[in-house]
Amino acid sequence: MNQSSSVYKIRIFLVLGALCLSSSVAVGSELIPVPEFTNHDVPITLPSNPDSPIWEWLNVGLLVIALSLASYLAIVSRSRRGLFALAVASLLWFGFARGGCVCAIGAVQNVTLGMFDSSYAIPWTVIAIFVLPLVYTLFFGRTFCAAVCPLGAIQEVVAVRPVRVPSWLDHSLGLVPYIYLGLAILYAATGTAFIICRYDPFVAMFRMSGNVNMLIFGGSILLLGVFIGRPYCRYLCPYGAILGVLSKGSKWHGRIAPETCIQCHLCENSCPYGAIATPTRPIHKSERVKARGRLAKSLLSVPVLIICGVLVGLLLKTPLSKLDADVRLAERIIQEDAGEVEGMTDASEAFRNTGQPTSALIERAIGQRELFGWLGMALGGWVGLVVGVKFVTLSIRRRRVDYEPDRARCVSCARCYWYCPGEHVRQGLVGDVSQLVSIETTGDPR
Amino acid sequence: MDTNSFDSGKQDRRRFMADALRTGGVVAMASAGGFLVGRRSEGEPMVWQLDPDRCTACGNCATHCVLDVSAVKCYNCFDMCGFCDVCTGYFEMNYKSLDTAAENQACPTGAIVRKFVEEKSGQRFYEYTIDEPICIGCAKCVEGCALMNGSLYLQIDHQKCLNCNECAIATACPTEAFYRIPQSQSEILKERAAAVYQARGSQTKRVIERDAEQTGTEIDQVKEAEANELLARAERQRVWRASQQKGSDSQEPSFQ
Repeated sequence: MNQSSSVYKIRIFLVLGALCLSSSVAVGSELIPVPEFTNHDVPITLPSNPDSPIWEWLNVGLLVIALSLASYLAIVSRSRRGLFALAVASLLWFGFARGGCVCAIGAVQNVTLGMFDSSYAIPWTVIAIFVLPLVYTLFFGRTFCAAVCPLGAIQEVVAVRPVRVPSWLDHSLGLVPYIYLGLAILYAATGTAFIICRYDPFVAMFRMSGNVNMLIFGGSILLLGVFIGRPYCRYLCPYGAILGVLSKGSKWHGRIAPETCIQCHLCENSCPYGAIATPTRPIHKSERVKARGRLAKSLLSVPVLIICGVLVGLLLKTPLSKLDADVRLAERIIQEDAGEVEGMTDASEAFRNTGQPTSALIERAIGQRELFGWLGMALGGWVGLVVGVKFVTLSIRRRRVDYEPDRARCVSCARCYWYCPGEHVRQGLVGDVSQLVSIETTGDPR
Repeated sequence: MDTNSFDSGKQDRRRFMADALRTGGVVAMASAGGFLVGRRSEGEPMVWQLDPDRCTACGNCATHCVLDVSAVKCYNCFDMCGFCDVCTGYFEMNYKSLDTAAENQACPTGAIVRKFVEEKSGQRFYEYTIDEPICIGCAKCVEGCALMNGSLYLQIDHQKCLNCNECAIATACPTEAFYRIPQSQSEILKERAAAVYQARGSQTKRVIERDAEQTGTEIDQVKEAEANELLARAERQRVWRASQQKGSDSQEPSFQ
């Protein structure tokens, strides 16, 4: 209030000064009128118009072409080189040329906001960018991840010395994308923030400008990506989580061995993403009973985990709502009024200058916090469900006789193809696999 | 034999599950897409824009944009400008003389161009234009001009803006002055600017119609198009403001 009245005083002072200077000012009007010039047209300020949306449609067209090409290269022509070249091209176009925005990963939030907020008009192109990779994944596996997504491509390029992540760590970290997805949907649905975009590691690199934190975050993920294959895709990407689930039911998927698997296990070492499922060994009857018991236990744990998640979610109310602008502002105003903090922030100063009653703001903030209370419970339940399903899937024993890609994790990068002796035979480079694997198969592969 | 048939049965079950999942996925996506499309038929691209009426000239626009030089620029609405000699947007508060020397200018980059227009009844009038490439969107001039007419205001230059999915300035804006607007609308004006454009548009129209009647010639096409454009801009603003009022019951704080 003080601020605004002092501004007002200065304003009056200046207007009075201007009145003294100028005789042409109409008395009674607070603002200085536009003078009538004898020989000068008052220019009109033109708005800056955005480029035509045709570019966005061009992008969608290119996305379709890239997806089709990636699927062809991964499944039909089985070309690692072709996929790598396409990945680099996608990185250059969708990443560096188009600035990496809007991407399919971020579009999750646009779609969520479109679902929950009727005043938000989600553009056609964003719907297309969101849906197309999903459809392709349902038919061809995660070929989008292989060579179309610029975030995947940049990590694919740097994955030169990948090490194997221990299974327990891989499975635990693999849960993070689902939690991240839940958080992203929660914040997008409330219109609070687009956290996927805010913490996008590579967008600052694609634009070659951005704040230091973003660049450091992106740089460290890239550095990590040299030793751990695709850390963002495997342990963070929320869209990858959706694609992984869909990929499980894909109609076609790249096979490691073009014909029959000879169990040489060469491919297992080739995969930097831990996405190759090994053949299972037959188990004894007593073990089978035990496994069944484990499965029953894990199935029973699902509802328990969900309930625990909901209960833990109750505690999330306050921390989750911290990102909401109203809640933050109300907290600040309360602290200022109580004398707990010195000075004012831009937001609190601006709010005080509007002269609105703080009670209305606080009421709004309380409402928001209540909403986040419910959403926190939903998020907790979701996390419980995800953990429970993980237990269940880990305890289901599947019979596998060959080395196969784990469809949920496989990003169809095609590295393993070249390691398969059968592939060399298919390409006519050798006559018989025995020429290649005589050494490796002397002992028991396991 | 027994194991084989067991295996193939398992395979069939697997395939059936996969088919079911796939069909379910396609149906879910189609219905979600249909829902979104039906919800908003005019799903045209959205662009970011800031509402100058809510702007407090805090300076975040200059520092928070993902671009090195912010996409937010200053604009001068000449129909609100007083063409003052002593411009509070142009000069530092403690200027030493009324000239274009750098130490007298409020703008840190000298992006405001001061040009003499004419002298009328002992008063000198100057026109202030923005040299846009140099402007960094710091709002120092906006702050100064707010003491007078407030004709200088910030707005996003769509030619520069990358149109990020989440605008970094929007998250830092203390008054939540950033909005996604349909691409065809392209600008948010000050309410007062919309009013003066409305006035100027209808005034121009009246004048050209009267002139055409008096001289018996055709209506000046260029001027009429210009007037129509101004009226259309004012009208777009009215529609947008109305939609904001409607969408924002008690949720949005009103900073008007």
